[in-house]
Amino acid sequence: MKNFDSIFAAYLIGWGVFFVFYLTIAKRSSDLRAEVERLKTALGQKK
Amino acid sequence: MSKRILLGTVAVLLVIASAYANFYIAPLERTMGALQKIFYFHAASAWAGMDAFFVCFICNLLYVWKRKPSYDWVAVSAAEVGLAFTTVVLITGPIWAKPAWGIYWTWDARLTSTFVLWLLYVSYLLLRSLIEEPDRRALLSSIFGIFAYLDVPLVYGSIRWWRTQHPQPVIMGGPGSGLEPTMAKVFFFSVLAMHVLMIFLIRERYLLEQTSSEVELLQREAEAT
Repeated sequence: MKNFDSIFAAYLIGWGVFFVFYLTIAKRSSDLRAEVERLKTALGQKK
Repeated sequence: MSKRILLGTVAVLLVIASAYANFYIAPLERTMGALQKIFYFHAASAWAGMDAFFVCFICNLLYVWKRKPSYDWVAVSAAEVGLAFTTVVLITGPIWAKPAWGIYWTWDARLTSTFVLWLLYVSYLLLRSLIEEPDRRALLSSIFGIFAYLDVPLVYGSIRWWRTQHPQPVIMGGPGSGLEPTMAKVFFFSVLAMHVLMIFLIRERYLLEQTSSEVELLQREAEAT
């Protein structure tokens, strides 16, 4: 297939961007959930 | 099965099906050959990105009017997702352009206005990161977001109003434009797949914003006690 390298690069990098973006959301989400739990525990101990 | 998993599964399946349709169902274009397959991914991403920015714009307006935090959360989620789609557009475009035009980039009206759009939404997100107070952050970024959206009609019209290196419109491009029927079906299917992916990503990002707001509330409570 002519220009296969360009087509392959476009699809690979394109899907890579979406995948990395989704991973960053998942990572930030898991960090924030851990922070919520930590704060709830800290507040519970104060009360 | 939760709504989240269901929507994510549907998005992934549609995206795989659209990639299959791009390569195995859409016929080969006469002049560009297989290189034209990038169009289905590039243009569908651009369409979904513009619609994500439209969602951001509407929520920015609604926030300024109603001052409800959830509008701000949808707006920032849509801005980030729109930025991801526009990033894909700005990467796949030059990859197609090199073999087609012999150059990766030229400062024509379409390419420049798209790059400016990308910069505007990067600035929107940067602005948010600089303001700590939630209500002030939401209001100022909403006002900025409303102005940033003014570039979207410019991006859309650029290939209609001016002579550009970028190809002339094939969808809603007036007489003489258009796609071969099978190509059109495959293209609209790709647009659908990208929109489902966009909705899934906005939803995921919105849930993150909700948790972030919960953290801010708990932090304030912890500081007060």
